[in-house]
Amino acid sequence: MKEVSKMIRTLVLLCIFCISFQGFALSEGGDEGAVDTKEEVDAYIQHHIKDAHDFHLFSYTGDNGERKHVGFPLPVILWSSNGLVTFMSSEFHHDDAGKVVVEKGGSKFVKLHSKIYELNAGATEVQFDEHHHAENAAKVLDFSITKSVFGILLIGLFMLWAFSSLAKQYAKKKVPTGFGRVLEPLVIYVRDEIAKPNIGEKKYRKFTGYLLTVFFFIWILNLLGLTPFGFNVTGQLAVTAALAIFTLVIYTFSGNKDYWMHMLWMPGVPFLIRPILAIIELAGAFVIKPFSLLVRLFANISAGHIVVMSLIAIMFTLKKSLGVVGATGLSLVLSFFITLIEVLVAFLQAYIFTMLSALFIGMAVAEHDHDHEHDAKGHEVPDAEDVRGDFI
Amino acid sequence: METLLNDFSPGLFVVQTILLLGLIFLLVKFAWKPILTSLNERESGIHDALEAAEKARAEMQNLQADNDKLLKEARAEREAMLKEAREIKDKMITDSKEQAKIEGDKMLKQAQVAIESEKKAAVADIKNQVAELSVEIAEKVLKEQLSNKDQQLKLVESMLGDVKLN
Repeated sequence: MKEVSKMIRTLVLLCIFCISFQGFALSEGGDEGAVDTKEEVDAYIQHHIKDAHDFHLFSYTGDNGERKHVGFPLPVILWSSNGLVTFMSSEFHHDDAGKVVVEKGGSKFVKLHSKIYELNAGATEVQFDEHHHAENAAKVLDFSITKSVFGILLIGLFMLWAFSSLAKQYAKKKVPTGFGRVLEPLVIYVRDEIAKPNIGEKKYRKFTGYLLTVFFFIWILNLLGLTPFGFNVTGQLAVTAALAIFTLVIYTFSGNKDYWMHMLWMPGVPFLIRPILAIIELAGAFVIKPFSLLVRLFANISAGHIVVMSLIAIMFTLKKSLGVVGATGLSLVLSFFITLIEVLVAFLQAYIFTMLSALFIGMAVAEHDHDHEHDAKGHEVPDAEDVRGDFI
Repeated sequence: METLLNDFSPGLFVVQTILLLGLIFLLVKFAWKPILTSLNERESGIHDALEAAEKARAEMQNLQADNDKLLKEARAEREAMLKEAREIKDKMITDSKEQAKIEGDKMLKQAQVAIESEKKAAVADIKNQVAELSVEIAEKVLKEQLSNKDQQLKLVESMLGDVKLN
């Protein structure tokens, strides 16, 4: 019984890999004439790093010259002027230029550059101004299960499955086996290398759950972004902003008296400077810190995607000057090495985000006044907490 | 900046916030808490086990030292006992030799005394017999001599003459 389920699992994995590689080859432009010029490549990359409303695997041109798209639609959930509207994204027929108008719940919707707009009352189609902005349509609040949300759900379920099965293993045995043996050192790594040194031995426990979740969430989604499925979840501003705000909320609400005192009325400096310092500190805590978190992750991952896709595009843009073999070879070698670097970046960004979150939390909960050991002459002996405090 | 703001999707932000909140809550409840608890338990268990092993090793060393000491003591005791036994044996031998000598001497002396007394008795006996014999002989002689009167008188006279001389 066990072997059968194992075999099925292997087969499913194999199928996923086959499909994904096929999708990769085709969606990146194995199709002549689809994505060819620099402008088209640019537009394609711009389109890719945005969120999408359907799960697009690959496209091809049929025998009759018609573009065919392979993938599956995702549900669209909108809060329009007429209330909640839901439909499947297939109703847009892969249109992204605002041409197809979907009428649902008394409102008309178009999709333009991966965003859904609601047409103003009375309008039947979108009119553009000279900057190619929709004139007679407004953005709606879009709670759709987009490709990013789909990725988040997928990874969320995966994490739940993986880590709760690891947790269950401990009930039966002291040392986990199988996949848990891979996960355990990672958990220990986050606890011992990120949470403990930055927050301190005494208080790390309360925040480790958040740090572990964020670390694995970002890391796995970063890695998922490197697969040919084309997820770009951690390259979405909304996602990184939510992550950064979580960190902000946690360190703001767990800040102790010392933290607020150092922020609002810095001891040990002249009184006149204190209000100025307070402004700087407040800006640092509420704007700069979360902003650095959200922009760093977003920019790194988006840049990685753009670089990898641009290098893949060498295949088409340099085909004329280098020939098919030369362009393809160059593209393969370059994109291969950049992808290797991106694997490292995927981990690094997850590490940095978690590490800085831990650091910010550690600053908020650090204890500055605690009992010191005294040496023979009555001087205070600095302990590990002070040394840590000096670094923070 | 404008494109960035344009790309920012408030809907995605809301969805991500809700999903992340749910994910954190579920993972903390079903994964991180039990995992971290078991890890801490295991680590303290390993720590305790190592300490116990170290303790056992020290105890073992103590025990070994004790054993060595005991062995040494036992050996020394055995030596001492052997030595004592040898001494006792020697003493016993000399003692019994002495005793035997004393006893032998004593027996020799007794034998000598007995021989002496026997000898004395035998001599006395012989003396008695000799006396008796001489008396008998004398009797017989006298009987023979005193069968006539002359000879009797002569003897008396000679005897009386001896007495006067004394």
